[in-house]
Amino acid sequence: MSLSRREFIGIGGGAIAGITLAPGLRLVELARARSPEEAATQMQRWGLLIDIGRCQDCDVCVTACRTENGWYGHNRPATDPQWIRKVTLKDNQTGYVESLPVLCQHCEEPPCVDVCPTGASFKRADGIVLVDKHICIGCRYCMMACPYKARSFVHEDTINQKSYAPRGKGTVESCTLCVHRVDAGKIPACVEACTKDGNQAMVFGDLKDPNSGINKHLAAGPSTPLRPDLNLNTGVRYRGV
Amino acid sequence: MQKIRLMVFGALAVAAAGWLAAAPVLAAETASAKSAIGPVIKTYKGDKCVEPTEEMRRNHMKKILHQRDETMHKGIRTRKYSLKNCIDCHADPKTNSVLGENGFCESCHEYAAVSIDCFTCHSSSPEKNGQPPKAASTDPAGLMEKTISSAVMGTTNGNQP
Ligand code: SF4
Ligand code: SF4
Repeated sequence: MSLSRREFIGIGGGAIAGITLAPGLRLVELARARSPEEAATQMQRWGLLIDIGRCQDCDVCVTACRTENGWYGHNRPATDPQWIRKVTLKDNQTGYVESLPVLCQHCEEPPCVDVCPTGASFKRADGIVLVDKHICIGCRYCMMACPYKARSFVHEDTINQKSYAPRGKGTVESCTLCVHRVDAGKIPACVEACTKDGNQAMVFGDLKDPNSGINKHLAAGPSTPLRPDLNLNTGVRYRGV
Repeated sequence: MQKIRLMVFGALAVAAAGWLAAAPVLAAETASAKSAIGPVIKTYKGDKCVEPTEEMRRNHMKKILHQRDETMHKGIRTRKYSLKNCIDCHADPKTNSVLGENGFCESCHEYAAVSIDCFTCHSSSPEKNGQPPKAASTDPAGLMEKTISSAVMGTTNGNQP
């Protein structure tokens, strides 16, 4: 194999750029939250580790999400929206019961994005998967494609929406990882609530930052995505499923 | 030829001046007679918009559309051209909304017969978010309230004092 001079310079240049640029940018990213005019970048990938051993029989995270993002039901469980829900698992052989929150797993290869005919489902540069409701036509393909049943269709007219979490009839919605809070340098509402409540079952952070809290937790013990067989490299991982 | 052009221009200028002079009368009429034709444009906060009124009348939708994509897809959350900023300034303190018969957005869109799609998803009220809704508690004397008629739309700075 022989490389032309141009190719060689290209590779070398890229490598040098990688060495010199990456540490500088990372320092910036550690030092402060993004300012409002800065776009989200691939320098980060937001993730969540949920430790089921610490997860109690409560729904603080669900309540916090509802309050933060202003979604609510109409006592119609089949169609009510659910950005995050508690799922109870029972081992039929031993009778052991555990409960865990399930939300959009912010897949690296999101099936919802693959199937969306309009481009409304998309993944932001920092790995957060969202629905652009301006574009969504409500076809619900993404709901069928999502292996985690993470998405909901809004069947009813909406009221009292939050300015940062618009939602409307005829579109699909799901966990945004509290993107408005993340953009402001804060952690998602569910994580904050769970931490405040003392359970500390959720850790949020940047999966691309080797020094982030979440990466230290991930390195310190076993964890798994739900349905690892699907190879979606989810941003949300679980410990103790 | 040159002379004729000048004359035409002069005539137009006179007509325009007459029209502008008539505007306050029309405005007064609109304020008194509720059934008068034309949108009711009121502003409540600040003394000027983020861009000149002319620019906003013509192009507000382009600015909001651009900002919407920047925010949604890139996470750029500058305030200037955000819908939130529009609502915070233009919501009627009585109804706490930009909608309704005399609402800033609705009255004009109704008049122009252009449906607004924003508020099926977006809230039409300013965000309280810890801070009290500024407009609601202001004393009425401090309110800058201006009513203009359709005749003035697009010719004067009806949005500004
Ligand atoms: S969990 Fe479902 S909705 Fe979320 S990114 Fe994956 S496929 Fe899409
Ligand atoms: S419902 Fe909306 S987001 Fe989902 S696949 Fe259809 S257009 Fe895309």
